[in-house]
Amino acid sequence: MNPVYYLYLAALLFTIGATGVLIRRNAIVVFMCIELMLNACNLAFVVFSRMHGNLDGQIIAFFTMVVAAAEVVVGLAIIVSLFRTRHSASVDDASLMKL
Amino acid sequence: MENLIALLIAAPLLGAAVLLVGGRRLDAVGHWIGTLLSTTSFVFGVILFADLLGRNADDRTLMQHLFTWVPVAGFQADVTFRLDQLSMTFVLLITGVGSLIHLYSVGYMEHDERRRRFFGYLNLFLAAMLLLVLADNYLLLYVGWEGVGLASYLLIGFWQHKPSAATAAKKAFIVNRVGDMGLSIAIMLMFTTFGTFAFGPVLSHATDASEGRLTAIGLMLLLAACGKSAQVPLQSWLGDAMEGPTPVSALIHAATMVTAGVYLIVRSGAVFNAAPDAQLVVTVVGAVTLLFGAIVGCAKDDIKKALAGSTMSQIGYMVLAAGLGPIGYVFAIMHLVTHGFFKAGLFLGAGSVMHGMNDEVDMRRYGGLRKYMPVTFVTFGLGYLAIIGFPGLSGFFSKDKIIEAAFAKGGTEGWILGTCALLGAAITAFYMTRVMLMTFFGEERWRNQPTRSPEAPSAEPAAEHRGEHAEPHPHESPKVMTIPMIALAIGSVFAGGFFSIGDRFLHWLEPITGHSEGDSPLSAGAVTGATMVCLVIGVGIAYLQYGRRPVPAVAPRGSLLTRAARRDLLQDDFNHVVLVRGGEHLTRSLVYVDHTLVDGVVNGTAAGFGGLSGRLRRLQNGYARSYAVSMFGGAALLVAATLLMRAV
Amino acid sequence: MSQQFAAYATSTGEAFQFWVLGTVAVIGALSTVFMKRAVHSALSLAGTMIVLAVFYLANGAYFLGIVQIVVYTGAIMMLFLFVVMLVGVTAADSLKETIKGQRWLALLCGVGFGVLLFAGIANASLKNFDGTGQANANGNVQGLAALIFTKYVFAFEITGALLITAAVGAMVLTHRERTERPKTQREQSEQRVREGKHLPPLPAPGVYARHNAVDIAGLLPDGTPSELTVSKTLRDRGQLRDVSAQALGDLRALEQRSEERLERTPVEPANLKRGEEASK
Repeated sequence: MNPVYYLYLAALLFTIGATGVLIRRNAIVVFMCIELMLNACNLAFVVFSRMHGNLDGQIIAFFTMVVAAAEVVVGLAIIVSLFRTRHSASVDDASLMKL
Repeated sequence: MENLIALLIAAPLLGAAVLLVGGRRLDAVGHWIGTLLSTTSFVFGVILFADLLGRNADDRTLMQHLFTWVPVAGFQADVTFRLDQLSMTFVLLITGVGSLIHLYSVGYMEHDERRRRFFGYLNLFLAAMLLLVLADNYLLLYVGWEGVGLASYLLIGFWQHKPSAATAAKKAFIVNRVGDMGLSIAIMLMFTTFGTFAFGPVLSHATDASEGRLTAIGLMLLLAACGKSAQVPLQSWLGDAMEGPTPVSALIHAATMVTAGVYLIVRSGAVFNAAPDAQLVVTVVGAVTLLFGAIVGCAKDDIKKALAGSTMSQIGYMVLAAGLGPIGYVFAIMHLVTHGFFKAGLFLGAGSVMHGMNDEVDMRRYGGLRKYMPVTFVTFGLGYLAIIGFPGLSGFFSKDKIIEAAFAKGGTEGWILGTCALLGAAITAFYMTRVMLMTFFGEERWRNQPTRSPEAPSAEPAAEHRGEHAEPHPHESPKVMTIPMIALAIGSVFAGGFFSIGDRFLHWLEPITGHSEGDSPLSAGAVTGATMVCLVIGVGIAYLQYGRRPVPAVAPRGSLLTRAARRDLLQDDFNHVVLVRGGEHLTRSLVYVDHTLVDGVVNGTAAGFGGLSGRLRRLQNGYARSYAVSMFGGAALLVAATLLMRAV
Repeated sequence: MSQQFAAYATSTGEAFQFWVLGTVAVIGALSTVFMKRAVHSALSLAGTMIVLAVFYLANGAYFLGIVQIVVYTGAIMMLFLFVVMLVGVTAADSLKETIKGQRWLALLCGVGFGVLLFAGIANASLKNFDGTGQANANGNVQGLAALIFTKYVFAFEITGALLITAAVGAMVLTHRERTERPKTQREQSEQRVREGKHLPPLPAPGVYARHNAVDIAGLLPDGTPSELTVSKTLRDRGQLRDVSAQALGDLRALEQRSEERLERTPVEPANLKRGEEASK
């Protein structure tokens, strides 16, 4: 088996995650889909690391994880405070950015 | 000695500041402060004059550098004063006549509540006029030029509660602006041509510039002179300027300010000498104005307006002389000085008559006043003899020289100009005799006169205090008014002779203006004879019409020319039709263009963007997911582009 | 781990593992997107992440594989679950689309993007796999550490700052400062009197024998449910159960039964039978 199939898998997972972001209204699920996209990228980086025979790709994946953790913390805090004020976790309800 | 020059200006300027800032507490002494400071300036002038006389003719130019005004590289303007023979003449005329008129005003304005302010303005005028004649560069001259314009505006509109005075002030100011524009353009042209606007470099290098340039500068300077000196076509303001108090008419609108244009032309003589076309235009303007003013003067029944027409005409003589070049410069200035004496004297006499006649100005309500106002009659009479050029008096010498010079121009031009000048002399004799006869001789038409109709010529406002409908009791004016009149009458009688005998004035001024004798086709004696004949004809016609026959109290309808002359030869109508209407049409079409074209483009652009935005706005539905679709679609496009680039 | 794991030609074992676990991962991802309840989505995602952790291990990223399990599945997904609990664990989302054309646009973009990615990967010349054997010679963790503290030391420090900022930000966002003194019970009752509503305590929720009854609205005398009897949070989450229809049916049956006892009107057999059962 050619390890390039891992890349196809990563692309597939990324696309599924992106579509989920566009389709779901629940902010928490949207967030999960974003995590899925990040994980797909991480998989691609790890495979690239194997492809080139050095550890730089893994380092990038590592940093991605750290950033993802920070993003999740802030994002979930935003969702919680949004829910407190609007009693809803739907991204469509926060639609004040229009005229 | 140079340091005194600044004091000449500083004294009246100080007076203006003190009087205008000082407020009511100076009301009691304000007029004496003004007169004192004006006289101080005159004393400084005399001291400087004595100093100049003690020097060689070539060494009579004093310079005082006060400070650097605009210290920009390539654009230097200094506050520097130049006192030479030409400036000196003006300084003496301005401060001398000015001081006399200050003194006269003490009596004339006695009943006016705002006398202090009046003297403040007079002092301001003196300071500005002195700055004008003492400046050593055109930019500083421009400051004085505008300063006298301001003072003129303030003084014409001094009785601002009268709408006619306020309007006249505004008219004078606006017409003067046209001339001022000419002066500023001339200064800019000088700067681009010579790189400086100081008198010394500009005038000594005048011949280096191309003739076209010099003609342009000369014509712009002439435009400025026309505005300030009420020459055709910018003459329309001077008649209305008589709305101001009579001393103002005497000082500003007869003796000094209106002659600033002549000063400008004579001072810029080097430029005009090198631009014959501009000189020709100057002489034409002078000749036309000379006749124009004289004709207007014949038709006016308002004594001050008749004198105003005369002023216009006499300045026309000066401009004509100045346009003749070196032949005429000296005589222009000489006529300017003698005119300053006799015309100021005539105006003061007119003021004295009005003072005694309840501020009546209509000469048809005068008559036989010589018995009641002997001093006024004698001084006015001497002024009259001087202006018509009675042999031996000032006007005879100065005007005769100008007529000679006009013939000396040579060729057809010389004949035409000389004839105009001669004709003007005849008309001058006519209208001045008319004024004299209507005012001081004949029956006493002011007795038993009917109640004044409201639209009759307006009187000065103080009349209301003195009882407008009461029969006037003509009386001589107080000493404070008669003394200046006597002094000016003495000047009117002797100045011309003093200047001319031994060509004193010519030698005095020649180093500055230069002089050349033209080749006159007529001998001096012939010209004088012709002038005398014209004089006798003019006086004779006037005597036949106004001396032998009674003067009707209501003006007869008169010929077409008379009626036109009563309306100032339709100058206001011309301005109204050509300039006002034309301006209105221009403005209206510009407004139309602005509304349709300019606004159309702007509004159309705005409406276009508005419509586009309205459509684009629908994309902004506020849903984060819609925006995410756009981002995702954009990312897909980027990937596609990248792949395509790789494929290519 | 042996060398051949990371070599160019992978073993059959790895191929087998890829196809089995890859299928699981895709199914997990799809159910993350399409499950109605957030809890189910979270659990599916956790499954996908564990599969990915195994793939990391298979690709020679031992450290990352462990971190993926410990940090992602252990910490981050638990955080997700906490928030899901806070927002309402049983609330089911409607998958009906409300924005016109959004679903079609999303599918179009997704498919297009996926096709482009696949085309890009297929187009790239990815034949040469070096394997991580050489890089992992001194141990994977040691290798990573050497890189992090030398080449990537600045990025490392900056991510530290980022984490601290994120922690502070989360606190700021969720913390609510009390800016005024809380009202005492007396003041609250006075305010209620002033406003003139609900002077007595709020009514108690209804009772339904089979459940804890806080999510069931109490019935008004006419049989309609009263909103006031249940907590606002439950109302907002949409977690109320409406039993009013059943209660009304019971009421009607009771009336019929009493009428029947009083022998007023003939009763339909079905209703009678049910009424008898209920009476027993």
